[in-house]
Amino acid sequence: MRNYEVTFIVDPVLSGDEIKATAQTYVDQLKQAGCEIVHVDEMGLRELAYPINKRSTGVYYCIEFRAADGSMIDPLELAMRRDERIMRFLTVKLDKYGVKFNEDKRKGLIGKKRQQQAQTDEEDKGQQAS
Amino acid sequence: MASRDDIKFLSNPNIGQKRKKYCRFKRYGIKYVDYKNPEFLLQFVNEQGKILPRRITGNSLKYQRRVATAIKRARHLALLPYVADNLK
Repeated sequence: MRNYEVTFIVDPVLSGDEIKATAQTYVDQLKQAGCEIVHVDEMGLRELAYPINKRSTGVYYCIEFRAADGSMIDPLELAMRRDERIMRFLTVKLDKYGVKFNEDKRKGLIGKKRQQQAQTDEEDKGQQAS
Repeated sequence: MASRDDIKFLSNPNIGQKRKKYCRFKRYGIKYVDYKNPEFLLQFVNEQGKILPRRITGNSLKYQRRVATAIKRARHLALLPYVADNLK
């Protein structure tokens, strides 16, 4: 089993329903290809760092999914390339740390976790010194 | 008359000493560099949006590579700029 993550930017000019429908078509396509959808993250409307297709904002979506092999990536990317509603996309294979990171992020551990670890590190050092 | 021991600390011995650089990923146990978090990646680029070298950030080679990949991915998704003025 492999874990993948596809992030894409949807044209913000569309109505809210159309944007949701766009994301849903790709979720459906992945499900039909036999993938297990782990999480669909709506990152919402963000300002782009540089204009794409003369748009300065975009709606970000991130779909994390699990599949036996990478055979459905090509059809997915082809569909996205042909889709005018998608401004940009990026498919990434996640390593085990990436999977864990996304899991922790969903649970809300990231951010707090770093501080806690920093504290435990200091405590360890204190113990070693004493 | 002052003995030699007193003279030793007339100038501050800590001046000119540099703080040791360290890899924050190794020290804080961060295993994954997320490309979807531009605020975090902003620490590793300069004002023009260029990736900072290892000799400044102190990252280990392994994590410098991952940071560089994450920044490049973020640029593709327009989370970070390719070129900029006054990013910070």
